Order: sequence, then structure tokens, then C-alpha cells
Amino acid sequence: MTKSLKGIAASDGIATAKAYLLVQPDLSFSQTSIQDPEKEIDRLHKALSQSNDELQIIRDKAAKSLGEEEAQVFDAHMMILADPEFAGAIENKIKDDKINAEGALKSVSDMFIATFEAMTDNAYMQERAADIRDVTKRILAHLLGRVLPNPALIDEEVILVAHDLTPSDTAQLDKNFVKAFVTDIGGRTAHSAIMARSLEIPAIVGTDSITTSVEAGEMVTVNGLTGEVTIDPSEAQIAQAQADADAFAKQKAEWQLLKTAASVTADGKHFDVAANIGTPKDLDGVLANGAEGIGLYRTEFLYMDSAELPTEDDQFEAYKKVLETMNPKPVVVRTMDIGGDKHLPYLPLPDEQNPFLGYRAIRISLDRQDIFRTQLRALLRASAFGNLRIMFPMIATIQEFEAAKKVFLEEKDNLVKAGVKVSDSIQLGIMIEIPAAAVLADQFAKHVDFFSIGTNDLIQYTMAADRGNDRVSYLYQPYNPSILRLIKHVIDSAHKEGKWAGMCGEAAGDPIMVPLLLGLGLDEYSMSATSVLRVRSLMKKLSTADMAEMAEKALNDSISNDENKALVEKYTAAK
Amino acid sequence: MEKREFNIIAETGIHARPATLLVQAASKFNSDINLEYKGKSVNLKSIMGVMSLGVGQGADVSISAEGADEADAIAAIEDTMKKEGLSD
Repeated sequence: MTKSLKGIAASDGIATAKAYLLVQPDLSFSQTSIQDPEKEIDRLHKALSQSNDELQIIRDKAAKSLGEEEAQVFDAHMMILADPEFAGAIENKIKDDKINAEGALKSVSDMFIATFEAMTDNAYMQERAADIRDVTKRILAHLLGRVLPNPALIDEEVILVAHDLTPSDTAQLDKNFVKAFVTDIGGRTAHSAIMARSLEIPAIVGTDSITTSVEAGEMVTVNGLTGEVTIDPSEAQIAQAQADADAFAKQKAEWQLLKTAASVTADGKHFDVAANIGTPKDLDGVLANGAEGIGLYRTEFLYMDSAELPTEDDQFEAYKKVLETMNPKPVVVRTMDIGGDKHLPYLPLPDEQNPFLGYRAIRISLDRQDIFRTQLRALLRASAFGNLRIMFPMIATIQEFEAAKKVFLEEKDNLVKAGVKVSDSIQLGIMIEIPAAAVLADQFAKHVDFFSIGTNDLIQYTMAADRGNDRVSYLYQPYNPSILRLIKHVIDSAHKEGKWAGMCGEAAGDPIMVPLLLGLGLDEYSMSATSVLRVRSLMKKLSTADMAEMAEKALNDSISNDENKALVEKYTAAK
Repeated sequence: MEKREFNIIAETGIHARPATLLVQAASKFNSDINLEYKGKSVNLKSIMGVMSLGVGQGADVSISAEGADEADAIAAIEDTMKKEGLSD
């Protein structure tokens, strides 16, 4: 029976394939009496050997995608499988009690788990109890003829279906096999959604019930443009999806023709369309999509992908690579934005009631100047190799900006005195994420060289609504006139002082937001690299005079997010 | 039968990596190999058996091997004990 579901379109594209459920299977069973112990022992050994084969594959793939250390847990699992006492005790149980392999496995494994868990003074032993539990689940799944899923085990084209995807799940996704994914929870800004866009595979998140609506192996069509999932589609629907996929591919090819073009509106006004990156590896996508610069280089990955604070030289090499590759196009580097939902194992932060309102980003940098100065020195040294702009995150007051600038100038002075070549034209700007900074933008504009608006945080702080909380997600309203007025004030304040204003949140690539921002006169738009050509193509069809007229209405006549969405759709429909 | 006594000097006793390596060393031989501590004896080829003894620093343990390759087995285990800093 064909069924359809609607979720949040998180990554463009259309795909049809069999569902692969990354969901814990039902492993319930009943303990039964048996006549033929040899048969049960055979079943046990078969399950042990199948489990071992699987773990070997998972272990090898985990070593490649997650690193040797993460892979070692699977070595521990395999040692348990090979343990003669473990297998021997299960065999004896089958023979002595005349019970099925499932029952014997459960009883022996519970005994070992109890022994290890009783060693309460020894955390290491208690972790081994967790290992036994995991291995037992895998053996039991094989005895019951069920599959215990793992992204590493996928070896054919599938649509991945999960409640949610963890960063380590997404790190293991192989684009050759995973054609799209669909989840129960999450939003457009969830980690998994961002990963899908950078892998360029279609994704739909927040369907609520995909994991309970689809069976493993059923055909599924995913439309990442509309957010529609079709389960068990008819032949006509599959054909339609194929036609849509072809049309999308054709459109992408047309966009590709704009790769070397400037971003110009129908009335000839030029704007900068730039890309966001996390690591130098993302530069390939930036070049392939013809971005006019980097509007946001998130340096926290340097800190998060490392076992200790990254050295000045490690940072220098990464910054230099990005600046050299992009030269002479500008690169806006955001200094470390740790805290909130991003943590470093080697830099323990105090537990806080409200981490998003707590010790994070520039607040840490100004407090831990050893870390901040190392980053600024690496940036200053790299500045000789390209067009560097530095931006400080989470600035609330002008004093914070001045304090950060003072540290920057001290480090610059030290390097110049030491004879190190540094650029003399580094712009210093701030992220506009905190409403206090947006409201005082007219004063800030006298101090900074530029503004870059971070929409996710600006919206969450203005609306006082946690963006990760499903129950208040209706308050994520980028087109609400309150947000648009703040944005207008920021842009006008920059222009009054001859400075520029950009946006580096997801909204900068949003087809409803872009026309509004053109109308408000935003100078720079920075987004996922895969959105660059779509936005450039959209800008070509719009005239700034029309958009200014529309923005005027959106700011002054409208009273809601939805009203503004409809307004933009009406204005842009004919184009 | 070959038998040898060891005094465990490693701070963490016999678990984690050293336990794994001892089990791996023992598993290479055909002889039956046992680890005895505080009157309890376990199969040295069983990781769960070895770890369930909870052998800590300063413990006196004895290891015995019985079978065709018993001498080689004890020598290999002694070697691992020293290399991993479990005993001197």
C-alpha cells in the first residue's frame, strides 16, 4: 500500500531505493525446552561466527572513518566472541538444562554482566559489562534471524531510515550506497541536515514517524525539494520521481553555467554570494560552485577534530591553505566558537543551566587569552597569503569588541617587531547574533569594519526559543517583521558608516529570505556551497527596486512570518 | 605440568590492555593454561575469566600449563608479563 509522509526538506535532490532501517530490532524471544542439544549448539556457533564476520567489517570501516581508537571497542567485542569460557558456558547450559540457544545465551551473559557490574569500584570493569550486553544483542539477533543494523554494513543502494543520526553515524555514510536519508526528528539546522548538504545527498528530517511507517526493504521515494516521502510508490510515482530527478539534474546543469558569472540582479546590481566552510577540505565544493569568497570559516572544527588544543603551526597551515586557495577573494574567519552545544573533551567547561546563554565563543576567548592569542597569531601569519577578514562571535557589547581588537593589535605588533610579514589590510568585524548588538548597530558601526548576521542564534535569542526544542520550533520565524526590522537596522547602520553587512546563517541561502534581503540592501550572502548557484540564478530574476518595495511592506504592513512568506511568494512567482 | 609464580607490580593490575595481551599469548598454545589467584582458578584463554578475578597491584598469582607445548607456553607468558610491566 502506497503511503506518504511529509517532513522538513533538509537537502536537495530526489532518490528512490530500498529502505534500510537504522533502528533497534525487536529481540524478544521465549526460552523453550529442546530435545536435540547438538542442533542448538550448531545454531549457537553459526551465530557466533556470523557476529564475528560482521564485527570485523564494522571494525575495519570504523578504523577508517572514525579512527583506530574508536575501532578498539569492536576488538573488545570480538575477544568476547572468541572467549572459550563464554561459548563453553552457553554450550553446557544448553546440554544440562535442555533449553534453546537464546535462553542459554541470555542466562550466561546475565551472569557475566552481574559479575562485572558488581565491581562498583572499577569503572573499567563496568564498561566491560556494556560490551557483553552489546555482543549478546548481536548474537541474539543472528539466532533470531534479525539484523542488527550498522551504517558500516550497507553494501547496496538504500534510503537510510533512522530516528535520528548521530555524528558518528553520518561520518560512516558512504555516498555510493546511501542515496538519501529520512529521520523522525531534527530540523534544517541539525548536524545531520548540514552533513547531507555537504555530501550532496537528499534528506528529509522531522517526519515524526518514518521509522514506524516503513518496513526494511520496502521501496521509498524521497523528494528533498518538497519534503515528501513516498513509501511503496506505484510505478507511475516512481516514473514521476525519476522525471523530477532528471528535471532537477537539468536545472543543476543550468545553474552550473553560472559558475563563473558574477551575482547580478535583473537591474544590474552586484551582490557577493559566498560560501561557508568548516575545514580546508570543503574548498573543493566552494570552487566547484563558484562562490565569490568565504563568508564564514568555522574554525571550531580545528579544535573539535583534535585530541588537544591545536598548535599555532597547525592552525597556520589550515588558514594559509584556505587563504591561498581563495586569493584574491575574501575569506572571513570566525574565531573559536566553542560552548553552547559544542564541547572539547580536553577543555572541560563548567556545567551550566543555560549553555547557550553561558560561557561560550568570545566570552571564552577573552577569558582564556592563551588560546585566543595562539589563534590570532596563526591568523596574522597566514594573512600574508590572501585576503583575510576576522570576525568575533557572540559579541554583546562594544567593550568586548574593543578588548578583542586590543589583543589582536598587540599580537600584530609583536609579530611585526619580530620581522614576520603580516597583511596591513585585515578587516575586523563581528557576528550579529545577540539582539543587544543588533539594536546598538549604529554605534558598533563606528568601531567595526563589517557585520555578519548569524540568523539561527539571532532568531533564537530574539524569540527566546531554543532552536533544538521541537515544542517551540514554531517560533523559528526568520521572516517575522521583528527579525526583519533588526536586520534592516544592522544593514542601514553599516551603510551609514561606509561599512558592509553580510549574513552567514542558513537563511542567507533561503529562497524566501534572499528576495527580502535584496530589498533591504544586504551586501554579502554566505551559505552552504551547494546553494550558491541556486541563489545566483534566483538573483538574476529579481530587480532590487521591486524587492525594496516588497521589503517595505514586509516590515511595515505585515504582522507575521506566514504573511511575509506569502508576500514573497506572490512577488517572485511571476519571475 | 609447568607452573610459575608472579608478583603483579603494575599499578592497574591485570586488566585492560595487558589482560588482552596475556589472553592472546595464551591462546596461541594447545596446552590447558590456568591462572590462579586467592584460591580461584580460571582459564587464561578467557578474557572474561581473567578479568573477573580482579587481580590488583601487589597480588601473587600462579600460572600453570599442561600439554605438549607447556614449556613454550609458560616462557611466552613470562615474556609478555615482563614486556607489559605486569611483573619483573
